[in-house]
Formats: sequence, structure tokens, C-alpha cells
Amino acid sequence: MRKAASEATTHPVLIFWIAAGWVGYVLLPWYGVEDGFFSFGWLTGGYPFDQDYAPAAFLIAQGEKLWLAPMLLALIAPLVVLRLRKTDPPYSVVLILAGGFGFSWLMAQGFGIGIRGFNYDWLTAIFGELGDRQFGMGYGALILASSFLFLFTQGIAARGAINGDVFVVSAIGGVIVIVATFVFFPIARMLIAAFITDDGGYAIGAFLSKFFDDRLWGLGCFWGARCGAALNSLFMAICVATLTTLLGLAFALVVTRSGFRFNRWLRALTVLPIITPPFVISLALILLFGLSGTVTTFFADLFGTQPTRWLYGLPGIMIAQTLAYTPIAFLVMIGVVEGVSPSMEEAAQTLRADRWQTFKTVSLPLMRPGLANAFLLGFIESMADFGNPLVLGGNYDVLSTEIFFAIVGAQYDQGRAAVFAIVLLFFTLSAFFAQRRWLGKRSYTTVTGKGDAGVHPLMPRRLAWPVFAIAGIWGTFTVIVYGMIVYGSFVELWGVSNTLTFKHYITAFSIGFTEHGLHWSGSAWDSFFTTIFIAATAAPLTAAVGLVTAYLLTRQTFRGKDSFEFGTMLSFAIPGTVIGVSYILAFNVPPIELTGTGIILVVSFIFRNMPVGVRAGIASMSQLDKSLDESSLTLGANSWQTFRRVILPLLRPAILAALVFSFVRAMTAISAVIFLVSAQYNMATSYIIGRVENNDYGLAIAYATTLIFVMLTAVAFLQLIVGRTQIGRRTQFVTGR
Amino acid sequence: MKSIKYAFGMSLIAMAMSAGTAQAAKLTLYCSAEEDWCQVMARGFEEATGIDVNMTRKSSGETFAQVKAESSNPKGDVWWGGTGDPHLQAAEEGLSIAYVSDMRGELHDWALRQAASADDKTIGIYSGALGFGYNSDLLAANNLPIPACWKDLLKPEYKGHVQMANPNSSGTAYTTLATMVQLFGEDEGFEFMKGLHANINQYTKSGSAPIKAAGRGENTIGIVFLHDAVKQAASGFPVVPVAPCEGTGYEIGSMSIINGARNLDEAKQFYDWALTAAVQSEAWKVKSYQVPSNMAAETSPDAPDLSTIKLIDYDFAKYGSSDERKRLLQKWDEEVSILPQ
Repeated sequence: MRKAASEATTHPVLIFWIAAGWVGYVLLPWYGVEDGFFSFGWLTGGYPFDQDYAPAAFLIAQGEKLWLAPMLLALIAPLVVLRLRKTDPPYSVVLILAGGFGFSWLMAQGFGIGIRGFNYDWLTAIFGELGDRQFGMGYGALILASSFLFLFTQGIAARGAINGDVFVVSAIGGVIVIVATFVFFPIARMLIAAFITDDGGYAIGAFLSKFFDDRLWGLGCFWGARCGAALNSLFMAICVATLTTLLGLAFALVVTRSGFRFNRWLRALTVLPIITPPFVISLALILLFGLSGTVTTFFADLFGTQPTRWLYGLPGIMIAQTLAYTPIAFLVMIGVVEGVSPSMEEAAQTLRADRWQTFKTVSLPLMRPGLANAFLLGFIESMADFGNPLVLGGNYDVLSTEIFFAIVGAQYDQGRAAVFAIVLLFFTLSAFFAQRRWLGKRSYTTVTGKGDAGVHPLMPRRLAWPVFAIAGIWGTFTVIVYGMIVYGSFVELWGVSNTLTFKHYITAFSIGFTEHGLHWSGSAWDSFFTTIFIAATAAPLTAAVGLVTAYLLTRQTFRGKDSFEFGTMLSFAIPGTVIGVSYILAFNVPPIELTGTGIILVVSFIFRNMPVGVRAGIASMSQLDKSLDESSLTLGANSWQTFRRVILPLLRPAILAALVFSFVRAMTAISAVIFLVSAQYNMATSYIIGRVENNDYGLAIAYATTLIFVMLTAVAFLQLIVGRTQIGRRTQFVTGR
Repeated sequence: MKSIKYAFGMSLIAMAMSAGTAQAAKLTLYCSAEEDWCQVMARGFEEATGIDVNMTRKSSGETFAQVKAESSNPKGDVWWGGTGDPHLQAAEEGLSIAYVSDMRGELHDWALRQAASADDKTIGIYSGALGFGYNSDLLAANNLPIPACWKDLLKPEYKGHVQMANPNSSGTAYTTLATMVQLFGEDEGFEFMKGLHANINQYTKSGSAPIKAAGRGENTIGIVFLHDAVKQAASGFPVVPVAPCEGTGYEIGSMSIINGARNLDEAKQFYDWALTAAVQSEAWKVKSYQVPSNMAAETSPDAPDLSTIKLIDYDFAKYGSSDERKRLLQKWDEEVSILPQ
């Protein structure tokens, strides 16, 4: 009891955030440092008095930037509640007011005053010409903003929201703010910018005429011409999502429910395609099945037929995307297929169901969340895919590339791009809602706190043979495609001179020794190091944000949860090309100035890939029984401890999936990256696509092969650290041979 | 503990000092030519002046989009290379600034005409003629005659063998469209495009993609700039460039200084340097076979000789303006692209 009494008036978390706020206001430079976030040149460059590097307090003391002064009030106010108990009404009121006012003022001054004085005419009209300006915010502003935010959430929690749980309220607040900043704000900026016509007005008519365009909805393909991009995208995405889900399920069944001995190899094989820059698969397909491809010419010679360009268009994109996204479906399915509790299946068999009945009536229905998630992921991935249609599209126009070329093409038409993006968004969100409807409110919980020591039954025989055949054929095909990629990186000039050579690797990755020591003289090193650094930074952040969000979504109830989920999923449904352009528009000008930095790349990856972390987390967490949390809470742990000690350890597969996926995606993404790379931060994929554009397939494929091996190493390494969950079951199929 | 703190402090100071000394002169270059050529320009300027060059290579359309998006807070200093139209458009929208270089006396007339049409906000650095190229192996394999003129491409036996870029997405293809309109007159020009449409197997997104596909054997005939075709041939692919008998249009690759450049002095220094004969003579060594704008610059023996090609009197001011461009593209969309193939 003594402990509880002393807790009443000391608030370590509150003290921490108040202190952080003061540090941000008094000690750290307020504005962004020109040389980059991680450079410390400001320490010697006249800090703390030089205007560029001064903290807010020093600026005000010198009579500059006086609009920063009101925030001081919001910093002083929380000090008075330190002596109060959480339950005293003034405690929450003061924190809410101080945090809310401080945060709003910080944002308002940031958006109101830019590099040319007031940003809005009405401000100038009221206050007159400002005669001063400010650049983007820096460390000080960032820390102070977080401080205000968390003071605010602590105030809310003290009022009793979500059982007064500070961790949960703060997590919700934090996720809302970052998603608003990095998803909604840029998209809103771009949509607004797109609706402004040439003469500065807003035009609904322009929107409608672009919306009902034949390029979107045309039905020409039924009489020999071309269909609209929207219909093409839709048809393609449905086909690809269905194919990948079925293949993913087949592979998952082979791995978990058959005596198949080479499981490890199969796992490695199915992970291969996602660690490949997507257009590289397209290149390999061209080299195999193109007009002059190896396979095409072989069969043309054999049967004396005329080679055709069948690959270019829908068939090519579909093959490439199915190769690329089957592993994603597999990663989703494997978690779910493994997660189905063997006790249920054993119970069914005890009740005399045969293997087929057990599979059909017990196992398969329990896999529905996985099937729906896999389909959804495949659908959205296919819709937003950019690399494969770019290389293999032929005359089959899809939305993602049309958006890209509407923006970068000879017609610089943001309006059209925005309309196409809205259509794309509509499709992906519809898929999202359909999936939620289909899953409904049933319970798929199978892993409970009770001991479960069962073993999964084998697949029924009438299922086993087709599944084996499909998995086998597709696996072999994947091996061939990858064989071609590796082989292609050693060939002098594909199709013209097939001499084997190390030339491409030497051009890209040569290392020289000079008097200064090691010299990375290869042309690819710069982009290679940048890529590794950015991907390694983005992956843990993505996983953290994603899993915390998943935890909030599955384990907590709060008002506006549906819109919260919608917001966190939204970025996944926005194609990278649109993200890229909207980020440039939103983060090129103060208050948040990020273009040309590495941070903008990291941020774009976090919010592009976060939904996968969320999905993986939700899929796994909905299989963990709530009684686990409840018992932890009953035993006196708070929600943070429960999250860390109980949920996280059981989520290892989801963590691994999120880490692997975000790392790999950061290394292989192209569509958003192509807009955001700068001279200093050039990424591997944008370098490779440059080589592809240059017809330099050898170097492109050599670089891609190197990336594949690097990512394989990283994946293996992550698997080693994170480890695998053992949910108290006997090991399976390991018999001494 | 103390020694760790000390070491940490020292390394911070060392980092700070190195950041302090890195304040040397620098230049941010947006480059829209081929990667190799861009590298030569960036590294060459660093060697010649000691100024650090940050170079980003993007196509001219992408660069234009970026410069426009960044216009209220420009990051780039010089935009070098890429076809002239987006440079003219940038000048029209005030995204670039006027500069009169001392090097002008050494330049070809067409380079100066480009500058004159944009109030000195841009200048010609190279030019290239439009034409087509064919894959000789595939042509022989399909028993097709060798095409020599634009009108040859309309012959039914070439059905499914011709590739060009989509004029909506590619400056090269728009140049083709504008060339046909100027060469044959608007009505006959569009009739030509319709006839061509029947033989096209794919409208690519990027301008030089058709001839690259031809090089790899994925396509037979590609309508592109001749220097792109020459490059494929020089890289070892079985590609033969053709300068069409009726005459043809051309592009002028340009250079502009970005309005609001942070390193304006270095930008001007680069501008002058990029117009010298010695620098422009480096282009063909990295397989860029355009014709340099400096009259004294040397060219490759393989390069298409503009003086032997029949060039039309291409009206850059008219066909580079956004109104005319929109009108022609819309007409092409409505009358040509919707036809069955």
C-alpha cells in the first residue's frame, strides 16, 4: 500500500515528457539543420546564438520569431500539476489544455508562416506584412511536438479514457498523429493541388470529364481496340489475387501438412521472389519467353512456328506478378495454417471424420482470415504494382503506370493522375471492405492459454496430389527463372554474345586500393550502401509501428476504431507513384522539409509497408485468446507489460514477417522511390532501372543478383535473432532416419 | 566510463569538424541524358574545378515534374540535357532564369535559336535527327524488304513489326507526330499516323524503348532518334539506323539554370564549361552520338551526319507550345489511338 501512496504524486512518465519539452524548447536547435539530420556541424557553427541553429528560447530572448513565445505557457502549466494526484480533476484539465494548446499552436505557426512570410492572404490582411520568415522545423520542434502530444494523451488517460491506461492512449495518439502527418497530409496536398485549374480556381467539371474518360472505362477491347486502364487493372488484380492465394495455400499445405522432406528448401524457394526487384523477374521472363527468348526460339525451331509477342501485355504481367506475390500469400497462409489448433482437428478425427471431412469442415474454415488476407494483399499489390507493367505491359494499360506517365510524361497532368489515383483507391478500399464483410464477426481463435500438444493431420489424399503437382510445377518454374537471372548476370551481351564473363560484377562492385586505403571504385557502391542503410533503418520502425497498431486494433476498444483502422490501412492502397509525388509536394516546403534527405525515403517506406505489419499482427493476434491478456492484467501487470511480456513473444512469426517484409520492400521498392531519390541518396532500384533503360541488362541483372544474395543473408540473420515460436507442441515428422 | 565519455566527446568534435570543412563549393546537377554521359559531365566538372557535384539522373519529363514541384524551394542548380520541349516549357513557366554565356560565339546557329525562343533561359547543347532503325537479323528472318522512307513503314507486310513510343508519354514520339504534321501537312500527317497505327505492335512509354527492344530482338523496327539507333549498333546489337528519304524532324537537347539556384555562381561556371569544345568532344566516347552544339567539338565517325540528312524546318516555338501540343495529342488520342489494330 505504501507504494501505491507514493505513486499517487510522482509521475515518472509525466516528468519525462515535461523535461523533454523543456529540452526541445531551450536546448536544441529549433529549425532544421541544413547539412542533414545527423550532422553535428551546428555545435560549432555559432550555437546557441546563431539564428539558424538557435533553440526557440534563445531566439525569443534575442527578440526574434516571437510567435514561438506562447508555447512557453504550455510548458509552464504542466509543472503545477506535478504535486497533484491523477484523480484530482485539475490534473487532467491542465494537461489536456496545455498539451492541446501547445500542439495546435506549434502546428498553426508552422503552417501559417513560411519562407515568404505569412502563407495565407487572409493572415496578411489581418496582421499586415510579416517582414520575417521561417524554414522547416528541426530537432527542437520535433521533441517539443512529441512532448505536447504525450502531455495531452496523459491528460486524456487521467480522465479515465480506456481505463486510464496511459500506454494505450499515448499509443493511439502517437499513431494518429504520424499517420495524419505522413499519409493524410500529403495526399490532401496533392488532391488539392490537382483540383486547382490553370487559372487558379477549383473545377468539379474538370474532375468529371477526366473521370468519365475512355482511357479509364473504355470497352474497346471487345471490338479489337483497347479497354480502359481501370477495367484492365481490375481484371488483372482479380486474376493475380486468386492465383497467388491458391498457390500460397498450396505451398503452405505442402510445408505443414505433408511428409515432404525438403521443407526448408521449399521455404527458401518461396521467399526468393519477394527479395527480387520486381522488374528483374520481368527481365528474366523476356529473356526466356520474349520474341527472341530462349524458350521461344527453341520451340519455334522445334515446331517451325512463327514466334509471337504474346508475353507483352496481360499474360506477361500476370506471370510476373504471380511469381512475385505468391510468396506474400504464402507468408500470410503459413502463419494461419500453422496456427490452426491441432486439437480441433484431432477432435474432428476422434469424432470419426475422415481426413477430407476434417480438412473441409474444420481446417479450411479456420483458415478463412488467412485466405481473405492473402487475397486482399495480392489484389492490392497487383493494383499498385509498377515495375512489371512498366517492363512487360505492352499495350495493356493499367492504372499505376498511367498515373506515373500522367505526371512525368510529356503531358504534365496532375489532375488526371489524381482522378486515376482516386479510382485506384476506390478499388483497393472496396476489396478491403468486402474482405471485412466476408470474415464477419466470427471467432477464429484457436490458440488459447490452455496447453495444446496436438499434431496437424496430413492432407487428405485427394487434395495432396493436386497440391503437390501445383507446388512442384510452380516451384520448378521459379527455380528456372532464378537460374536465368543468375546466368544472365554472367553473360557478356544476352542473345548476341553468350560468352561468360565477370565484367558486369567488376563494373558494379570493384574495390581498389589507393594510398588512402580501400577505395570503393565500382559504380554501384554508392547506391548500395545507401540502400542498405535506409532499409535497415526503416525495417524495425515499420515493424514497431505496425505491431503496436495491430495490438490497438485487436485488443483495445475505443471510439473511432474503424476510422483508425481505415487510416492505418490507407497508405497501402495508395500506389507508390502517387505517394512519391504527394511527398514531394507536401514535404518540400516548411514546416516539414524533407525532400532530398534520407529521412523522406525512410518515412515513405514506413508508411508504405506499415499495413503489412498491421495485417500480419492482426492475423496472428486474432488467434491469441484474450484470456491470456486478462490473466496477465489480473496478475497486476499493466498493458505495456502485458504487450511486452505476453503478446510480443507469441507474435514472433508476425514480427519476423513484418521485419523481413519491410526490409525487403525497402530494398526492392521502385514506384515511390523514383520520385524521392536525390543525388546524395540514390537507391539501388532507381540505379538498376536506369541501367535497364539503357539496355544494360547485364549490369542490371548482376546488381539485382547481388541484392538478392544480400537480402537472403539478411533474412536468414533475422530469422536467427527473432527465432521461431514453439507453442507447446510436439515436433512433427522428425523421425530418426 | 570517463574514457568512454571522452572518446564520445572527441568523436563528436571530429564529426563536427569534418562537417565544418565539408562546406566547400558544390553544385546540384539534374541530368536528363544517358547515365554514362551524365557521369562524365559530373566527374569531369569536379576534376576541372574542384567543385563537388551532386548529380541526379532522371528523364526530362521526370526532371520537369521535379523542378516544378520544387519551385517554391528549389534544390537543383543546373538542369543539363534532355529534349528541348520541357526546357522551353520550364522557361515559359519561369522555372529557369536567363543567362548569356561568353561561349555563345562558338555555337551552331540552331543552339542560339533555341536560346532566342526562350528569352535566353535555355540553350542548345546537342541535337539529334529523328528516324528509325531495324534489327537486320529479324528483318531477314521474316523475309522483309529494307525500309528507306517513312511511307515504307505503312506497307502491310510490316504489320506487327513496328514500334514507337506513345506521344502522350514520350517527347520523342511527340516529335514524330509534329514532324509528320510539318512534313506532310496536318491532314495527310494524321492519315500517315493512322496507317502506321495498323502496323504498330506496341506504343512504348519511353522514347528510346522501341530501338532497345529491336536491339534485343524483341521488335523489328523502332521509330526513334538516330543517335539512339547508332548507339545500339555500336553496343554490338544487330541494329541498322535509317534516315528517312522524305526528310525528318529533330530535337535540340538543352540546358537551363534553375530559378532560385542555391549555388548560382557554380551553376554559371558549369554552364560555360559544358559549352566548351573539349567537354562536348567527350560525348561520343560514352556512346552518345548526338551532334554537339559547339562547332569545334569533334564527333564520332559513326555519328549520323546532320549535313547529309534532309532536315525539315522544325518550328520549335509553335510545336513546343503547350496549346498546340495539347491540341495535336488530343486529336491523336481521338482519331488514331482508338482505331482497332
